[in-house]
Amino acid sequence: MQIQPILAALRKHRLATLLIALEIALACAVLCNACFMIASRLSMMHVDSGVDEGALATVQLTGYEPAKAADVDARAVAALRAVPGVQSVTLLNSIPFGMRRGTAGITTDAAGQHFGGVIEFYVGGAGSLRALGAQLIAGRAPQADDFHPFTGLLPGDAPIQITQALAEHLWPGANPLGKQIWLDKSHFRVVGVLKTLVRPDPPGWPTEQRAWAVFVPAQPGPFLTGSYLLRANPQDLPRVMRDALAAVTKAVPDVVIDREDSHTLIELRQKTFQNDRAMAGLLIGVIVALLGVTALGIVGLASFWVAQRRKQIGVRRALGATRGDILRYFQTENFLIVSFGIVLGMVLAYTINLLLMTHYELPRLPFFYLPIGALVLWGLGQLAVLGPALRAAAVPPVVATRTV
Amino acid sequence: MFAYYLNLAIRSLKRNPVLTVLMVLAIAVGIGASMTTLTVMHLLSGDPLPGRSAHIYYPQVDSDPTSSKQPKNPLDVMDYHSGVDLWSAHRADRQALIANSDIKVRAPDSTLPPLMLHMLSTTSDFFPMFNVSFEYGDGWSAQDDEKHARVAVISSDLNDKLFHGENSVGRTLRLKDSDVRIVGVLGAWRPSPLFYDVRGGRFANGDTSSFYGRPEDVFTPFYTGLEINDGNFWQFTCWHLPDKPGHLQNAPCVWIALWVQLDSAAKVADYHNFLDHYAQQQKALGRFKYADTRLRTLMQWLDFNGVVPSDVKLQTWLAFAFLAICLFNTIGLLLAKFLRRSGEIGVRRALGASRRAVFAQCLVEAGLIGVLGGIGGWLLTILGLWLVREQPVAYADMAHLDGGMFALTFVLSILVSLLAGALPAMRASRVAPALQLKTL
Repeated sequence: MQIQPILAALRKHRLATLLIALEIALACAVLCNACFMIASRLSMMHVDSGVDEGALATVQLTGYEPAKAADVDARAVAALRAVPGVQSVTLLNSIPFGMRRGTAGITTDAAGQHFGGVIEFYVGGAGSLRALGAQLIAGRAPQADDFHPFTGLLPGDAPIQITQALAEHLWPGANPLGKQIWLDKSHFRVVGVLKTLVRPDPPGWPTEQRAWAVFVPAQPGPFLTGSYLLRANPQDLPRVMRDALAAVTKAVPDVVIDREDSHTLIELRQKTFQNDRAMAGLLIGVIVALLGVTALGIVGLASFWVAQRRKQIGVRRALGATRGDILRYFQTENFLIVSFGIVLGMVLAYTINLLLMTHYELPRLPFFYLPIGALVLWGLGQLAVLGPALRAAAVPPVVATRTV
Repeated sequence: MFAYYLNLAIRSLKRNPVLTVLMVLAIAVGIGASMTTLTVMHLLSGDPLPGRSAHIYYPQVDSDPTSSKQPKNPLDVMDYHSGVDLWSAHRADRQALIANSDIKVRAPDSTLPPLMLHMLSTTSDFFPMFNVSFEYGDGWSAQDDEKHARVAVISSDLNDKLFHGENSVGRTLRLKDSDVRIVGVLGAWRPSPLFYDVRGGRFANGDTSSFYGRPEDVFTPFYTGLEINDGNFWQFTCWHLPDKPGHLQNAPCVWIALWVQLDSAAKVADYHNFLDHYAQQQKALGRFKYADTRLRTLMQWLDFNGVVPSDVKLQTWLAFAFLAICLFNTIGLLLAKFLRRSGEIGVRRALGASRRAVFAQCLVEAGLIGVLGGIGGWLLTILGLWLVREQPVAYADMAHLDGGMFALTFVLSILVSLLAGALPAMRASRVAPALQLKTL
């Protein structure tokens, strides 16, 4: 296939060629960035919670005095444990993908000079870490004598389990066991390392901070009350949840059940990421519409060119060009225009990505999106040009003799 | 002449219906996407208090005596003492302290189970200062503030729920363990964003759609609220752990916001001095470490908090990139269409039509496509806004097309089509008549 005559022909149609190339360039830039955004949303939606989501649910109570906490908890827990199918009922202040009650900034020294970041304190009663199903990879789980009563927002002194991600952030490369963190005057010593445990609100945090959490053992009291973690067989869970809400309504009629936040963890996860799901859906919609519009543009212009060149095609055919030659001519032409557009588009894609990086704290566009975007657009171009090119190939040589 | 061109344009569009539909569709989809996002942007970035916002200010002092970071911004809200000191000095034309909490609400003569609702405890100036509309009754008086009167204003939603929308002024509401008398029921008051509660936007990572929620359901005088819901107030942040969580009056925490109205530039300057003087004095007393203050206007404060969610901004950019692609597409198709008629244009030129006339004729055709695209775009915008309303976001219920945006749909659509038509029309008008006539 000779490229020279194609280039010469394109030079005659500089404007139209440039328009299609620009359209391809913009499509390429938007496509790469949109795909990248979809991928980052999807990866966030699939964040590893580190807990047995399928087997967990929560019931949240509110609207009573701290002085009544012990009484309310006793009645509610007894009622919940009596629900058939419930394996365990424990107290946990914050719930993965649910209520957030323990977000605070920590330091790695007693004087409060070395800021360690803002983390989530999961303060839980006996059995709650086991109920969560978080995997311990080093050190030990909480023991019976780790659970003490407390009167402030958090226990003042406790042995804790820390996530691997947070440990690696606080003490890179070092063994976290035995290390200590402080929150104002409260002091915590690391005795165990969890594989991972997600924050209650992962979308609000940068990727690397989504599992900055610790588990603090404590006894229920005025600041660990009304937030129950239920564990049951996954297939029983919806029914257990219904029965549990009914049971609590009966057992503690004078408190308010926070129905917004009382759900299974699967439902809470859905709710947490519903905006991201909607945004990913929207991006996919935009990509489809964009590719469609681009393809239509190529079809329209290629049809015009074919119609315009009928005579030349006839002459070429009369001079011995095969149908395949004509077909390949238009395919090569399209390939060249799309390639030109893709080169422009890659520059544009990175420019847009740079803008997004500064304004939306998006990471850099990984390189592999570019060849994928290029392949998609090449394919789209060839598909779009096929119809007009076949029509061109069908032009009979006799056309040449008619009007010249 | 225009009517003739229009006639020609209609004929031309009819002659090639597939191409016409393609172009109209491309413009309609581009316009629909852009107008949907523009409407949402317009809704979210608008002025919640049109005409008044320039006189509303948000004073800030730096209450945190422990921070070592410099330079820094003062904390978003104030500690109790700073807030009350500044408010009780009454140095502004109007001033409102606000504190947020959740409270258990019951209507004594209702069988509904108790509700947990958001309560705003504020001072009497809040209602006139923010132009709050009432369905029944009115706000409370400054004497009610002073006397810690057991009165409340409720939202129309709560009034519907508890009193079936009747005039409930004078009736009683049970807030936690106290009875309060209802003095007012809010009208359809839905500022966008809920500006007086905006804070902490710079820590939200762009996820700020919660700033567009509904106003609180219960409003009580500031001290009344603090008394009846004592123990249920939560801090914005603390520099030491509070000794008695929930009871924040003497805690090392910030949780109170102050809004002031300053009607003239001189008063703004005076208030700024007053604020600086207060901060200096507190620094001298050892209560503050830094004497930094800020006095932003309402819109500056919203801007500082980046209230428009980053997802919405992203959607807007995406929509306009999409519109640009549709534009290029339409240029290409129009170019093909006009040049296909080179013979016809050549005849017109040979018969005496000027270049300008050919150009005008082509533009009329492009404009007609714009009008058709505008109609399609308008329908798609309505569909798009319906989709937005189906989304689980706080501002969903407000996403409607108003008159201005409706007009803008057509203006934008015709503008885009004329822009798309200009280049092809120019090309068409430059067709050499002789060359075309030869090939006829």
